[in-house]
Amino acid sequence: MTVTVQSRASKQAKRIALWFTTFALMLVMCVPGLWVVLSAFRPNREILAKPPVWIPQELSLVNFGKVFGFGAEQVGIPVGSYFANSLIIALTSTIIALIIGIGGGYAFARYRFRFKGGLFLGLMLFRAVPGIALSLPVFMMWSKLGLVDTKLGLIIVYVSLNVPFTIWLIDGFFRQIPQALSEAAQVDGCTRWQAFWKIEFPLAKSGIAAAGVFAFLTSWNEFALASQLTRSTDSKTLPVGLLDFTAQFTIDWAGMCAMAVIIIIPALILTFIVQKHLIAGLTFGGVKG
Amino acid sequence: MAEITLEKVVKRYGALGVVHGIDLTIAHEEFVVLVGPSGCGKSTTLRMIAGLEDITGGLVKIGGQVVNDLPPRKRNISMVFQNYALYPHMNVRDNLGFGLKIAGQSPAEIARRVTEAADILGLVPLLDRTPAELSGGQRQRVAMGRAIVRNPDAFLFDEPLSNLDAKLRGQMRAEIKKLHQKVRTTVVYVTHDQVEAMTLADRIVVMKDGNIEQVGTPMEVFNHPLTTFVATFIGSPPMNLLPGTIAGQIVRLADGTEVPVPDRLQRFVRDGMAVQLGIRPDDISPVGHGLSQDGPGAEVSLTVDLAEPLGMESLIYTRLAGQEVQAKLYGPRIVAPGEVLAFRLALDRAHLFDAASGKSVRAH
Ligand SMILES: Nc1ncnc2c1ncn2[C@@H]1O[C@H](COP(=O)(O)OP(=O)(O)OP(=O)(O)O)[C@@H](O)[C@H]1O
Ligand SMILES: [Mg+2]
Repeated sequence: MTVTVQSRASKQAKRIALWFTTFALMLVMCVPGLWVVLSAFRPNREILAKPPVWIPQELSLVNFGKVFGFGAEQVGIPVGSYFANSLIIALTSTIIALIIGIGGGYAFARYRFRFKGGLFLGLMLFRAVPGIALSLPVFMMWSKLGLVDTKLGLIIVYVSLNVPFTIWLIDGFFRQIPQALSEAAQVDGCTRWQAFWKIEFPLAKSGIAAAGVFAFLTSWNEFALASQLTRSTDSKTLPVGLLDFTAQFTIDWAGMCAMAVIIIIPALILTFIVQKHLIAGLTFGGVKG
Repeated sequence: MAEITLEKVVKRYGALGVVHGIDLTIAHEEFVVLVGPSGCGKSTTLRMIAGLEDITGGLVKIGGQVVNDLPPRKRNISMVFQNYALYPHMNVRDNLGFGLKIAGQSPAEIARRVTEAADILGLVPLLDRTPAELSGGQRQRVAMGRAIVRNPDAFLFDEPLSNLDAKLRGQMRAEIKKLHQKVRTTVVYVTHDQVEAMTLADRIVVMKDGNIEQVGTPMEVFNHPLTTFVATFIGSPPMNLLPGTIAGQIVRLADGTEVPVPDRLQRFVRDGMAVQLGIRPDDISPVGHGLSQDGPGAEVSLTVDLAEPLGMESLIYTRLAGQEVQAKLYGPRIVAPGEVLAFRLALDRAHLFDAASGKSVRAH
């Protein structure tokens, strides 16, 4: 009896400890985010108040109006262009990275070819290099090629940044799909190509969607390389645009936070989508005994 | 007409030879079972017929047409895979209809033929489920339904029952046999289970290390095995093999025990020939507890080492000529270890193999 009571008590203690740790970690992660979101709706003086005002006294959309260039106060920042640049660059680079990722992932999962192992290792090692370390050589090359301050320049950089990851993730998903499914489809009358599109692709869809969202978020949030390779409204992205709020002596925290919220919202939506897909996973009931 | 012919078919993976030039003709509507131990090249052979594996050498013909360079979809065959390979994202109805849809059949025609196949296999109540919601036996049946719905020239089965438990395997075996009687089609069936081979086949093809050891009806293969390999592979428990030497019309076993050469084999043996005497457990039985009491036989006194009672019969482990042999006792009699019994060897059903080549002396 005492043993079970004790063990139940210790289980309870463990649970509480676990909850507490989780809570503490969530606090560390969430408070800055919450602060940013709250600040987006508060005036600068409240943000900078000393001692800090924790509970917002006045909330308004003034900061957003300011950022988008209407309302009484205005900041001369072309947020619209930045948003468009970000969207075009992130979407295009994601689509290209996905196409390469599907082709490459399928090849790695299904075919045997020379230097397969080496190639895969190479791709993974490339992932290990921090992007910023490549910024100088990339900058020099891009300036020779006239790609500095172009959307195309950033798109190429983001594609190469994302491709190893998309290949790796999609390869894993295709590997889980037994080869017999494609063979069954071919016996059933499909060409290899049809077998891929009708059987293997639908089964790897969640994985491909997840890879796409991760690639999109990487491009959407990337700052270090973008800040080197962009100059003007031709190619500047939202994260780089955030810096426009820092003047020589002042920082417009309110505007910056409002813009940060604008950056976060699409990212949040996409994160929800990927979460759904990752949890949905795949059902392989038709294959396993 | 879908006769399947293999001519000198070879498969190599790089330098590794897997199938070494096999010749085989499978008649229209015949049920042929490829059987052999793991790794002997059964699946590879089947997959070459299906078009899922390149053919390194030789010819594969289906209905007289060489299909070596045709993709699977142009061979008009269907296949049941070991793991069923049902499409997990489609329900049973769509799994069954997939091939027809690809072939561009009208929805009405697809519905009609899917229902027909589902009827034959008792799948009607399951049509709206996904594969994940089916039991192993039900999945197996869907896989068979997918094969018959397209009305192919031949069915290929690759160990379709190996994932089922023993009882279900017996049931499905009977269903496959019934199915073949209903839907007369050429069948090539791969298994490593000799019971499946014996029960299903019109003809059995015994394979070993990428070669065909013997082709014949189940009874031919069982009663007249051409090699010691076939003799021990077909039949359970396996045939006992006892080394000996021919002296006149006598086989002298390793310990000096002498048994007469069976009449029907007398003209095949030479004096001094090293042989193996093959005798199935069913043909070594305590006197009065055997299958047949007449015909030529030899009596020996043997000590029971171990007895496994199976109800109406017992499997007995004993030693004959210095070697462990298995014997069968028919009847509900219980025997104890250490008991000494008079056993009768039914020599009319014994076999003699050349010791050096392992081939039946009849083959010389
Ligand atoms: N892709 C491959 N590359 C190299 N060797 C292979 C390949 N596929 C099969 N083999 C070899 O070919 C031989 C025959 O394989 P196969 O699958 O035909 O055997 P099997 O008779 O079907 O055996 P099992 O009863 O275990 O299924 C085996 O030795 C196997 O290792
Ligand atoms: Mg096999």
